[in-house]
Amino acid sequence: MSLLTLENLSRSFGGLRAVDGLSFAVEPGQVLGLVGPNGSGKTTALNLITGNLRADSGRVIFAGRDIARSAPHSIARAGIARTFQLVRVMASMSIAENVAVGAIFGAAPCAPAEAMRRAPALLARIGLEGRGAEPAGKLTYIDQKRLELARALAAQPRLLLLDEWLAGLNPTELEEGIALIRSIAADGVTIIMVEHVMSAIRALCGRIVVMNAGQRIAEGTPDAALSDPAVIAAYLGDDDA
Amino acid sequence: MNSPIFLAAVAAIAGAFALVQPHLGPFWQSLLINILMYTALATAWALFSGPTRYVSLATAAFFGLGAYTMAFLGEAMPLPMVYLSAAVIGAVVAAIVGLSTLRLSGVYFVIFTFGLAELIRQLVTWAEAKFGGTVGRFVFVPVSPTDIYFMLIAACVAVFALGWWVQRSRLGWALRAIGEDETVARHAGIDVTRAKVLLFSLSASVMSVVGCIMAPRWTYIDATIAFNPIISFQVLIMALLGGAARLYGPVLGVVPLAILFELLQANFPNHFSILLGAVFLAVVYLVPRGVAGLLEKRR
Repeated sequence: MSLLTLENLSRSFGGLRAVDGLSFAVEPGQVLGLVGPNGSGKTTALNLITGNLRADSGRVIFAGRDIARSAPHSIARAGIARTFQLVRVMASMSIAENVAVGAIFGAAPCAPAEAMRRAPALLARIGLEGRGAEPAGKLTYIDQKRLELARALAAQPRLLLLDEWLAGLNPTELEEGIALIRSIAADGVTIIMVEHVMSAIRALCGRIVVMNAGQRIAEGTPDAALSDPAVIAAYLGDDDA
Repeated sequence: MNSPIFLAAVAAIAGAFALVQPHLGPFWQSLLINILMYTALATAWALFSGPTRYVSLATAAFFGLGAYTMAFLGEAMPLPMVYLSAAVIGAVVAAIVGLSTLRLSGVYFVIFTFGLAELIRQLVTWAEAKFGGTVGRFVFVPVSPTDIYFMLIAACVAVFALGWWVQRSRLGWALRAIGEDETVARHAGIDVTRAKVLLFSLSASVMSVVGCIMAPRWTYIDATIAFNPIISFQVLIMALLGGAARLYGPVLGVVPLAILFELLQANFPNHFSILLGAVFLAVVYLVPRGVAGLLEKRR
């Protein structure tokens, strides 16, 4: 059974159909890439899955339950964690406290003291070891992204949504980032990643869904889907355009 | 500040207040009652407004509800039941108000809470005139100023203990996360509305009990006394001067300002509001993070 299934999901903003009848499924353990030109509705799709936005119509089935009308906190508790496209850390809390918030309220809630005990191991995993006491707001942009990921992992999610988490990394950091995501997937966490870095998509994703104008225009292995004529047209324009 | 030191300090200060009582003249007892009252109110205010950064001007509303609880029920039931009723009434009103308004943020919330206090004041005035045929009420209960003094000490200890517990609890963490970034909090699994309403109610409950304790001091109350908006403003400015981000912060603002306001009121009764405003401006400009913030920076 699929872990997550979107069925005919739609959401409009005024006259703009940001997500328009979108359907796809993610199998447990899969790393699914969600790609498409800017404005194609990828982030809106993530916001619909996590309850940040409410769908106009359609269903989101997670682990057998329709969560399309659930509140964000109950979706998070059900086992979906996310990072944000524009990085969001709790700036005046310490780095360790940021991670602890994920553990205290996530899919496997624990006591605050226990969450603080778990934080160092997670920080070590994402490359911020020994820095738990520093205020999160002082971190560089890239380290804030790492911290967001640690917070998401602390929640022990079954499904992790990454919104352009690899964007803005230099080549070395990109290598590390890809290895990190691969190790998260190896732990059995299912991942949906919205990403523009195609080398990362090819390295990580067994399957991708390509969106344009709120709709799915192609689906399959990265090589097959990206060479689909509809995808090329969406990115580069039609021949006669 | 770690918890054994904090709790020991609270116990020691409470003990000292209790021990000096027999030696206080009426003036000093009255000043200390004022300080204790504002300590309980400002600390309760900061319980909610500190972590969430939602500035509430509803203190007078809950304080007044407590005072009126005493005026109505003081002679009808045993005193402990009256205080308990005040706690429940404050919590219930706060929960109803919270559910309908905590979606508001920033300046809208401030205005709403101020409006709420005024609305309740007007409603009470209207209801008293219409159904009670009176403007105010006498509060004849066997509660002496000394009783009030000791009850306020207990209230302060209770609010510090409550705050200490909240900070360590999941609720306290939830509130801090909400204050930092509500969207992140929500997506981390925090039921934002529930957390805010719960703490708003707890905080309001304390304020109502304090109003209930204070009511016998006036012997006669009317809506203008019980729901005096100056209470809301003074609590706010005291908590801001002390620093609302720490549990021990507000009290650092209460002590100097309670004394200052006492002096101003005694010497410049006609210009008090103007001077209060000036103090307000000075605090916001000069110590935006409060005395507690200054102390932590120094370290």
